[in-house]
Amino acid sequence: MNEAEQQAFEQEIYAFVGEVVYPVTPAPDDVNESMIRHWCEVLGETNPAYLDQDWAADSARGHIIAPPAMMYVWGQEGFQVTTGRAANAQSNLVETFNRHGFTGVLGTNVKQEYFREVGVGDNIAVQMVIDNISERKMTSRGPGYFFETLATFTNRDGETVGTQRFKVLKFIPQEQPAAAASDDGKLETPTRIASVRGHDNGWWWDAVDAGKVLIQRCTSCQTLRHPPRPMCHECQSMEWDSIESTLDGEVLSFTCVRHPQVPGYPKDPICAVIRLAEGTNLVSNVVGCEFEDMAIGMKVKGVVEQVDEKTALPQFYPA
Amino acid sequence: MSDYRTLTLAEVSVGDKLEPVDIDVTTGLVVCGALATRDFEPVHHDKSAALATGLPDVFMNILTSQGLMTRYATDWSGPEAVVRSIDLKLGAPNVPGMVMTMSGEVSAVDSDSGVVDINVLGENNIWGMHMQGTVQLALPREG
Repeated sequence: MNEAEQQAFEQEIYAFVGEVVYPVTPAPDDVNESMIRHWCEVLGETNPAYLDQDWAADSARGHIIAPPAMMYVWGQEGFQVTTGRAANAQSNLVETFNRHGFTGVLGTNVKQEYFREVGVGDNIAVQMVIDNISERKMTSRGPGYFFETLATFTNRDGETVGTQRFKVLKFIPQEQPAAAASDDGKLETPTRIASVRGHDNGWWWDAVDAGKVLIQRCTSCQTLRHPPRPMCHECQSMEWDSIESTLDGEVLSFTCVRHPQVPGYPKDPICAVIRLAEGTNLVSNVVGCEFEDMAIGMKVKGVVEQVDEKTALPQFYPA
Repeated sequence: MSDYRTLTLAEVSVGDKLEPVDIDVTTGLVVCGALATRDFEPVHHDKSAALATGLPDVFMNILTSQGLMTRYATDWSGPEAVVRSIDLKLGAPNVPGMVMTMSGEVSAVDSDSGVVDINVLGENNIWGMHMQGTVQLALPREG
């Protein structure tokens, strides 16, 4: 899309601002106890303000109310949407976006404000307009525009009981990683990020998989080194073998990674630099210990554990 | 008056934490939540429609998420609290098989209006943040 085309396109979409999606439309059902009860049953809602006539009669309200989060429910179109919705300003706007390649759709924010509680027997009418459309934004999903609808809900007396703002991103889809589902359709549980295994360090990780932590040793001068690398930093020899660590160690430094939380990792993991008894350092996790109880110099003992379906790692416990 | 107690404004402080609650996201909850909110969009009850959008299964509709978030806030406050608003940001879908953990914390207490803000996070164990936002409740001044 060149600049002139973009201008023409934006003129077309911004013309939708203020357009009415639904004129004031009364709900097909008055607010009623049956629909409230069905909703509460599924949502696990036990609030007596919605469910218990006797309790409500004695409460400050004096009667039961509809759950506020049902405000949008009363005016829903119903089963007919399974075969499509009638065209309106919103679907025309969406269609305009789609025609220009902005086929991706993502609801990003919804805000409901409640000004008045609603009792049984009332009827909630909804009116919806396209309230605003953003300028073109570069988002993590791709270039796009946010549009926001504003729905206003009124009761039988014409009083506003609440509003809803719903923000939707229409974007040009970029390549996204496929949804994580394995062949049998089961959800795939995320695991630790796989170690990168190359020519110079693959052997070390293979040993971890076999339950051992090895330390590389120069066969010329016997100096130990970690992480694995091809040349001795003392004598420049490229000849080496390895010894197995006893995983006795001491904490040199530590931190807790609180943010961001990474899928596949425990919450708030403790990461530490551990000085092994053999003399080399290892970056690893300390587990079985609260962060508050960690201290520099504390003695730890490691063991190689299967931390998830795919990953074996040394994990250290207070000794 | 009853077994149900409602927190008063004086009993609540910024930083108060709500006990976390785990919600098992089952096909039943997703589909029945959609129907209870009269949301008949096929992606919420028809797996083939959900698959066509690139997701592994039917996924929870927004009205169910809103219902769970307000329930979480009023389960904490008690039934005389008046819900003033719910403002939420939508994240990763809730798909059957996941467990969503809701946690919350009081982020503001306005003693003039009697309104408290509760920050709520709903995180599922597979994809992370499903919803994050604020529920505002007006609490009684006296029990």
